[in-house]
Parts: sequence; C-alpha cells; structure tokens
Amino acid sequence: MSSVANHEVAKSGSILSGPAEFREFPDWFRDQQRAAWQQFESLPQPTRKDQAWRFANVGLLDLGPFKISSPLSEDDRKNILKYSSGLDHYAARMIFGNDQLIERDVVSDDLKRRGVIFQPLERAIVEHADLFRKYFMSTEAALGSAKFAALHKALVSSGTFLFVPRGVEIEQPIEIFHWLRHDDVSIFPHLLLVTDELAKVTVIEHFRSCNRTAPGFACGVNDLIAGPGAKVTYVCAQNWASNVIALQMNSTTVDHDASAMSLNLHLGSRYSRFESLSRLIGEGGRSDLLAVAVAKHEQEFDARTLQDHVSPHTASDLLYKNALDDRARTIFGGLIRVEPHAHFADAYQKVRNLLLSDDAEANSMPGLEILADNVRCTHGATSGQIEEDQLFYLRSRGIPTKAAQRLLVTGFLDEVIQRLNHSAIATHLHRVIEEKFAA
Amino acid sequence: MKELNIENLHVTVGDQEIVRGLTLRVPRGEVHALMGPNGSGKSTLAKVLAGHLDYQVTAGKVFMDGENLLELEPDERARRGLFMAFQYPSEIPGVTIANFLRAALQSRLPEGEELEATDYYAKLYEKIELLGMDRSFTSRAVNEGFSGGEKKRTEILQLAILEPKYAVLDETDSGLDIDALKTVAHGVNSLRGPDLGILLITHYQRLLNYIIPDHVHVMVAGRIVRSGRKELALELEERGYDWAREGAFEAVYTR
Repeated sequence: MSSVANHEVAKSGSILSGPAEFREFPDWFRDQQRAAWQQFESLPQPTRKDQAWRFANVGLLDLGPFKISSPLSEDDRKNILKYSSGLDHYAARMIFGNDQLIERDVVSDDLKRRGVIFQPLERAIVEHADLFRKYFMSTEAALGSAKFAALHKALVSSGTFLFVPRGVEIEQPIEIFHWLRHDDVSIFPHLLLVTDELAKVTVIEHFRSCNRTAPGFACGVNDLIAGPGAKVTYVCAQNWASNVIALQMNSTTVDHDASAMSLNLHLGSRYSRFESLSRLIGEGGRSDLLAVAVAKHEQEFDARTLQDHVSPHTASDLLYKNALDDRARTIFGGLIRVEPHAHFADAYQKVRNLLLSDDAEANSMPGLEILADNVRCTHGATSGQIEEDQLFYLRSRGIPTKAAQRLLVTGFLDEVIQRLNHSAIATHLHRVIEEKFAA
Repeated sequence: MKELNIENLHVTVGDQEIVRGLTLRVPRGEVHALMGPNGSGKSTLAKVLAGHLDYQVTAGKVFMDGENLLELEPDERARRGLFMAFQYPSEIPGVTIANFLRAALQSRLPEGEELEATDYYAKLYEKIELLGMDRSFTSRAVNEGFSGGEKKRTEILQLAILEPKYAVLDETDSGLDIDALKTVAHGVNSLRGPDLGILLITHYQRLLNYIIPDHVHVMVAGRIVRSGRKELALELEERGYDWAREGAFEAVYTR
C-alpha cells in the first residue's frame, strides 16, 4: 500500500494524521518534528524490489490501523509495574507504557554527583539541550528505514537519555522497559546513550506487550555513542505480542579504543525488522554485534546490518543465530564496509540458522566492500538441521525427543549469549527463551 | 527374571549382516565382559540395544526384566533403566553437563513434578568427586573440547547419576592412559552391586585387570564363540583371537 493510500484511510487518532501539537517541547524540537513528518510523507513506501527490503514481507507495513498512543488507567500502570521484572539487580530503571513514563528509579546519589544523567527524553530536551541536540538522531538511517526513522523523529514523545561522564563506571546494568498496552496502539521507543571517555555502562531494554495477541506498532531508535576508551554493552530482549509489527533502528558509534557490544534477542512480534549500523570512527575501536532469534509460526525477523570501518586498526565481529520452526522466516542482509585508509581492519561476520521445520525459510545476504589494504575479513552464513547423533545421544539418556530438541536449540543459541560474559543477563535471556518454548 | 536377555539377535546395517544370531544373558548384579576383535559386531550390538535407527534388527529378541526392549523408543529404553556409555560420545555445544543431567533426571519424573535442585546438585557433586573431577566441570558444555579421558569419565558420571538397571559400556577403555583407565575403573567398580547388570564391551584384556568380570564372552563375526569365567580373558590374551575363532564351532555356553 502506498503512503497516499494510507492517508486516505487515516482516521483521527491514527499515526498517519501527523504529529500531535499538545506536547510542550521546545520550539527547535517541534520544528525538527514537523520537518521529519514532511520527510516521512515524501519518502516512498519500501517495496520488495528495493535491495534493502529484499525478501521482506513489505505488505505487513500498512500503518493505517495504528493509533497514536492512548492514555493508561491507574490499573494499567499498576499492572505494568507489577510485571516489569527483569534482572534482580540494576543501577537504575525506567518503565514506559504506551510511551508514557510510569516509573523511574533514579541512579544513586553518588553517580548523580559524578555527573551521570538518566532522564526521560522530554526532560533532557530541556535540561540538557546542547548535549542532547548534538547526538539526537545524528546518524542517518542508512539501512533502508529512512522513512520510518523520519516517522520516529516526528512522533517520538518520550524515551531515555543516559549520559555517563568521563571515567565513570556503572557496575550494575540499567534497565528500561517498554510496554504496549491496548489494541492497535503505536509507540516510538527511544534510547540515546552517550558515554564519555573511559566510561563504562551496560543497558538492557525489555520490549513487551500486556496482551499476548494484541496488534500494535513499535518503531524505535537507539543511538549508542561510545566515547574514547569507553565500554558500552547494550542488550535488547524483544518479546512483543504475536501480532505486533516492529521496526528498530540501532546505530552505534565507536570512538578510538572504545568497545561496544550489542545483543538483540528476538522472540515476539509478527514482523520485526532490526537495523544495526556500527561505525568504527577511531583507531583501536571494536564492535561486537550479536543477535539471537527464535522464530515460530509465521513470524518474520528481518535483520540488516552494516559494519562500517572508517578508521584503521578497528575490529568488528558479528554473530547472529536464528532457530526457525513452523513456517517462520528470517532475513539477514549484512554488509562489511572497510573504507579507504581504514587499513588493518579485522571484520568478521557469521550467521547460523538452525532449521527445525521443512517449511521454515532462512535468507542470508552477506556482503563485503573493501576499499583498504591489509584487511582481515571473513564472512559466512550457513543453515543446518539438528544433528541426528546429538539428538540420539540426548534421547539415549531418557530425554524425550521434543525436550531434547529444545535443549539442542538452547545450546545452539548459547554461544551468542555467552559472548556477553554477563551471567545475570544470560540467565534472564535463557529464561525468556524457555518461556517462548513452553508457550 | 531380572536380566538383560538377548536371544538369537540378527542385525544388519545397509545390506550387510553384522550380528548373526547372538544369544547372551546378563543378570542384574553381574558384570559380563564381551570381547572380540575389530569388526566382530560388538559396537553394533551396543547401538542396537540403545535403539540407534541406523541398525536394522532382522530377527531375534531382547528383553529387559521381561519387557520387549526392541519395541521401545531410545528415550523410553533409557527411562526404563538401560544405559549405554558411548565409545564416541557426541559433543553438545552450549548445553552444560549440569543442565543435561538435570533434563535427563527430570524426564524420569512424573509430569508436573519438578526435580529438587538442592538434592540434585548435592548428588551431582558427590559423583563428580567419586570420579576425581572438579565441580567446575559440570558447567562445561557436554563433551565439547574434552580429552578422550574426560569424555569417558563423563560417561561414567552419567551412569552414576542416572542409576540404570543395566549398563552397556562400549569400549570405555579405548583411548585412555593408565591413570584415566584406573579412575574410570574405580568409578565403575564403586557402582557395582545387586541392582546393576553391566555388559562391558572391550577389545583388550587390560580393562579387565581393573574391572574384574563375573563372566567373559568372546564375540567373533557376529556371534558368541566362547563363554567362560574371568580366566577366559587371560587365556584369550595369551592365545589371541584366532584361537577363539577356531573354537567357533565348538562354542560352549557355560552358563
């Protein structure tokens, strides 16, 4: 469906009727939103013929039915709070339902005194305008979703701003929850994480739905900025309801000697597209891109990545693993680009698909674009089935076939989760994966 | 009768008959060694007992405590009390020994009943020590990157935890140095008792110095050609398998 057609069916309250004017954002931000809306309207709806959308079921991107977020009742808020359990220990957290901030557990006084800023976006826009403005959506969405990045920019109304100053290390992870409440609601989760020199932080985001079958639309943007020598770990546990359409655009910028690691777990939604752009802009920078997906029924997970080596002596390592059952589909389109002068780059890309059904379909499109010398680069995507010998071995210990398959899938995915080297988060991710198997 | 009873078993792989009319009884509480040269069908027998699908039983029967084993799925056989220690155990990346054995024990409980975690770990650590292994071993992925000795010890660890009625140990001594062999033998010996019948499959007499069998059977070309007491193993060591082959026609079942 073209965007023009979308317009005709747009009803009042539909996201296609444009940005709301009631938010009390500063003028500069509102101007940006208006401009972004125009950009959204002028950009064409993606088609399957676009290389960036190849294999994708673009027909699912009909935004007509989705509404601007609706208010929450007291009960909604209470329930969302009650079910917002993730890690046992965290440094701070924010909980959003329908893009409205429900609770914020602030960082400790000590961290505050040392300059850590952990604020909802609408406050950061006002109180830290310069810092915020410098980094807010400063990287173009280069992987196909420019139209939806514009939509996000036009309609974003809340989110998280986290700034970790020079040399500050936050021990425990910071947790963020985004909940979808009500049918056909749309949300625009936003995270802007800026770390200064030698700072260290881990953030985990949980994307969840209150109702396991309610349709909805989530269009999120994450910008992670790793300053010189900083260490940033980002984890996203996506578990939207089975009828949700989700688009997520992540960009990571890695300065010299910094390292960034991101892991995205995909369990929920009907269609979930996930774009991950990692730019290595300083010597000695390293980026690890990890993803785990368990796709069942008719789910489609669509991952597009770019490992962009801008500076020499940079390293990137991508490891994506998908387990596919029933008629599920996954798409991987990943490019390693080593720009001119980015000599001595190490770039790896590995995609593994485990097919549990003959009807499942895994599409992989790895790509290389090497414009520098002395580069070490490997990439490969393979698909396979469960090894009969392994299955027999587990069964010979009394484990029934279904449980044995589950165990093998868990083991297959574990390699990725172990890379995080964080046992509390690993335990949590395994638990939500288990829950999906049990459902 | 509490025994593993194999009657006139014939097994083919592809179109080749590997086991050709094998009859053998292993009563609970006894250790029977099955010796034979390479290609005699020993490992095929082990895999058939465990229920491997690549092997076709064309004739014969196997009963475990009176129950027809060949009608059961591999996992059912294990839950009823059969255990096989593999000659070449599979590597299971990403699945820790602790989780693997937990799943195996969980599968033996009635539906809806949860394995008690504290008791489980207490038992796991007790058996780990029995086999001279470190506790940290239980958080390694099953057999992944293990040395030959570690793999075999892990098989015996599983035997110790799962407490089967009958255990088939397929070439558990192969690839072990003398220290590893002693450790494994010690593990097996400590599990001997009236509730466990063991079929010990081996090519060499060496293992039988450490695990003294009650009976020894010699298998050649898919059949048992000689059976006897433990001394038979020594005689075989001295005279070689050719002697056993010659005896194929005068095979006497001494039991």
